Amino acid sequence: MKILIVGGGMGGTIVANNLARRLHGELKSGKVRIIMLSASDRHMYQPGLLYVAVGRMTPDELYRDQASLLEPGIEFQVDPVTEFHFARNQVSAQSGKTYDYDVLVIATGSRAMMGSIPGLAENAETFYTEESAVKMFKALRNFEGGRVVVTVGVPHKCPMAPLEITFMLNDYFKDRGIRDKVQLHYTYPIGRVHSLENVAKWAAPEFDRMGITYETLFNMKEVDGANKVLKSEEGSETKYDLLIAIPAHKGMEVVEKAGFQNGWVPTNRATLHMEGEHGKNVLVVGDTTNLPISKAGSTAHFEAEVIAENLAAVVKMGAPVRDYDGKVFCFIQAGKERATYAMFNYTTPPSPQPPTRAVHWFKTAYNKLYWTSARGLL
Amino acid sequence: MARKIIDAKGSFCPGPLMELIAGMKAAQVGDELEVLSTDKGSANDIPEWVKKVGHEFIETREEGGVWHVLVRKAK
Repeated sequence: MKILIVGGGMGGTIVANNLARRLHGELKSGKVRIIMLSASDRHMYQPGLLYVAVGRMTPDELYRDQASLLEPGIEFQVDPVTEFHFARNQVSAQSGKTYDYDVLVIATGSRAMMGSIPGLAENAETFYTEESAVKMFKALRNFEGGRVVVTVGVPHKCPMAPLEITFMLNDYFKDRGIRDKVQLHYTYPIGRVHSLENVAKWAAPEFDRMGITYETLFNMKEVDGANKVLKSEEGSETKYDLLIAIPAHKGMEVVEKAGFQNGWVPTNRATLHMEGEHGKNVLVVGDTTNLPISKAGSTAHFEAEVIAENLAAVVKMGAPVRDYDGKVFCFIQAGKERATYAMFNYTTPPSPQPPTRAVHWFKTAYNKLYWTSARGLL
Repeated sequence: MARKIIDAKGSFCPGPLMELIAGMKAAQVGDELEVLSTDKGSANDIPEWVKKVGHEFIETREEGGVWHVLVRKAK
């Protein structure tokens, strides 16, 4: 059986490692092959970009060589996929090679669409890439006071990022002794400050306590860079001196090209199979799915474990063993030294507790422990 | 004046509202848009958004677990 994993981010890497460990004997005997195609030979710890943007981590801390993270026996190639041919169980890649499969795992992730709002890319800072996070930090360093607007589009990667960056900015400006010269303002597309109701109920009083103002039901329409004004679809406007954007995301171009709207693959919420006639031997993990849950590393992690356990069970006894229940676990950095978390699934909403230093230290430890997660050990 | 159905069943908050916002951009003044949603939050989110923007909220009704939220583009 040839298992082809497209994408070497958190989801793809955990599927590969977990599977390789469960199918050690089958890999050795040649009964199973695991092939991973990735767009990069490096693996980035993406949540670290938040810390880079406020000067609490440096970019080099976020990377490991992808090959060093993979179990022996996994065949790893840097060869980005350019086209899916579901009807004939093949993918084409940038090298010109065609790879065939018995089982395909799509783990291609998502991308921040700064270009989707006129004027946003030219006038706003963001932190979803190494380059933009470093640029944002430099902009913060040079900022001496004025109105900072954090604006949010949906869907986006890391559900807590908008809140976290706002809380971190509050502490950043306090540490520089200029908090009294900074007005922090936050905008969110729906009628509360976060899409998860209980998280919104917790975060709004935190904003009030910190003197952070907010406008809800604010969907970015365009940025007038000359006058430093952000305009909304709802007709309101907000002035800024420094604009920080968490833009709406899309799935990857190669997935969009395969005919999936906005690059999200329609996915069965329990089995994680791709919906449709060619989905029987195709599994989808992480941001790539169209599931109504957070696009987060932990989502990819928990989905990957289900996929690996089920695929190994299919090889060993001909049937999958469990369903994905929608489990997500997100830390929420509530400032530079306080954190809480949200844990939820399809049926049970989160119930965030007051932030503590202990959870902050656990999150700090997890920033390093991530590499054991990616290896499929934690 | 046209009537358009926006089928957002299976999509959770804020999906149905985002689909309505996209639908509004494409619609003409006076058009009616009916959002179908399986997320009951839409019954609150959508009227709240319509009120802020200044469109016209017509009605919400539930049929077999699907919320039908009917609005009219007013400007």
